[in-house]
Amino acid sequence: MSALLEVLGVSVTFDGFRAINDLSFSIQPAELRAIIGPNGAGKTTFMDIVTGKTRPDSGRVQFGTPPVDLLRLRESDIAKIGIGRKFQRPTVFEAQTVFDNLSMALKNERSPFAALGYKADRRDIGRIEEIAAEIGLADHLRRLSGELSHGQKQWLEIGMLLAQDPQLLLVDEPAAGMTLGEREHTTDLLVRTAKTRAVIVVEHDMEFVRRLACPVTVLHEGSVLAEGSLSHVTANPDVIEVYLGR
Amino acid sequence: MKNTFLARQPSVIVFILVLAVITLLATVFSEAYGSGLLPTNYVKILGKTLCLCLIAIAMDLVWGYCGILSLGHFAFFGLGGYMIGMWLMYARTEDIVIASMSKAALPPTPGEVRDAIGTQIFGVVGGSDVPVIWSFAHSLPIQLALVVIVPGLLALVFGWLAFRSRVTGVYLSILTQAMTLALSLYLFQNDSGLRGNNGLSGLQNIPGLTDIPQSVISIWFMWGSALALGIGYVFAGWIVSGKFGNVVKAIRDDEARIRFLGYSVEAYKLFIFTITAVIAAIAGAIYYPQAGIVNPAEIAPIASIYLAVWVAIGGRGRLYGAVIGAALVSLLSSWFTGGQAPDLPLGFYTIKWVDWWQVLLGLSFVLVTLFAPRGIAGMFDRLVRKDAA
Repeated sequence: MSALLEVLGVSVTFDGFRAINDLSFSIQPAELRAIIGPNGAGKTTFMDIVTGKTRPDSGRVQFGTPPVDLLRLRESDIAKIGIGRKFQRPTVFEAQTVFDNLSMALKNERSPFAALGYKADRRDIGRIEEIAAEIGLADHLRRLSGELSHGQKQWLEIGMLLAQDPQLLLVDEPAAGMTLGEREHTTDLLVRTAKTRAVIVVEHDMEFVRRLACPVTVLHEGSVLAEGSLSHVTANPDVIEVYLGR
Repeated sequence: MKNTFLARQPSVIVFILVLAVITLLATVFSEAYGSGLLPTNYVKILGKTLCLCLIAIAMDLVWGYCGILSLGHFAFFGLGGYMIGMWLMYARTEDIVIASMSKAALPPTPGEVRDAIGTQIFGVVGGSDVPVIWSFAHSLPIQLALVVIVPGLLALVFGWLAFRSRVTGVYLSILTQAMTLALSLYLFQNDSGLRGNNGLSGLQNIPGLTDIPQSVISIWFMWGSALALGIGYVFAGWIVSGKFGNVVKAIRDDEARIRFLGYSVEAYKLFIFTITAVIAAIAGAIYYPQAGIVNPAEIAPIASIYLAVWVAIGGRGRLYGAVIGAALVSLLSSWFTGGQAPDLPLGFYTIKWVDWWQVLLGLSFVLVTLFAPRGIAGMFDRLVRKDAA
């Protein structure tokens, strides 16, 4: 079984600082993976590279079968071929309704002309309602997303990811600022999503990672320090030294 | 689910009604069709103001909705004026030349007519040949098409270069200023083929309609302006209320985020930049026959800045805000600078509004920015909401 995303020997330097150092990583089509690591380990830069925001100095990034070279694509094209990203800070379009946010994310033709002629058909509305139910916002479709609570915004953003119908989801700190109940719901949502697609979760919170019960990749100084189950990596002396033992 | 465009843009119906009432009232009181209470001059001011409202809508689309602070849209407005002005001037001069030559013993050859037209139009800049860019000036349909094509193409090329290189924010504003300045400086040159600083004049005289008095023509143009404004408003309301409008607003609010949703921000920006340039050009093409003259000073960078000030004062991101701002500020501006405003004697100093109007305008701009960032329309909204609550 070939990997969905394959990152090979990638390095990137910002003003002399090596943010990513010969990093290799891969994930299968329906897999949940957590990435942990201390601040400055390169987690966000890794996501930037995969989504096309940052160009690496060397290395290869391939996606899908047959493999597509992501380094040659623009951000919007990478999003179109099936990589969705949720940012650390919830970034939804606050001046617009929950419905409109989801409708923009929905997998449809993206050109200006298509958008001008677009009219939400029954199928699209059904899909939006389905996603809204999934993320617990079914009763809030008509509200401005700026009025939502922090946790609801996080869910809306996850909902927007789902609406894009990507093969790979990159989720940056989904549980930040959530209450315990909200966290449980988020965990369920991610685990369920990972049954049909690949999900990479970047998280600081070990408790949350434990609840995801999935393989973990530990990043340190821009490369992979350890990989395996959470209990396996937390037993690794290197990991304890750089991350957990502080 | 009520998701139709009128439900999302309730201001459209009100706006069309108000526009129709104003235009009808002006007609009823006009010299040509009514009681004569409203001098022709005022009808022209009204007509011109409606055109300025139309370009303000274009500015609101590109800035208020898409977040691109273009300080160059008056260049497109002026170009539209030039394109229609070429036909107006050429065709009218042709009529005059043919009329004066018809008294000669031999009928003039087409070459002679063309030479005479060239001398008539370009004598003022020391030329007698009709430049190549005037090749189609005899044809109204072609020049009308050029009103859309020339500014549209300029916007398309400029926008493509700028947006592709991801020039945003204040850098883009500076670039658009540079564009309008360059165009204006080019047109100032006598050998630009558009009569240098003289510009194109006598545009109020419509070829073939010279027997009809200006009082009548001004009413027609006012109706034309009102029609264009009405269509422009409906069109703008339509494009901002659908999914296209949502994406455009999303670009304004968070460009990077909408890019990660798979939208090509550049394509949308280019689309809205070009379409608003075309709207501006159409507004200019209706404006300048009422103004009578278009010259390079109209395209000066300051004109485009004023446009931004109108929209800011009126309230950006609201179509009626742009219209209110443009109408109010441009009318006040011509009142203050036209010498009609009474001077304000302070005893030790007399405030002459011709000089002080700019200070007043600048001050109100600062006040609006500080205390009413959503402009006049924003205060409007607040009042309406209070009533509803």
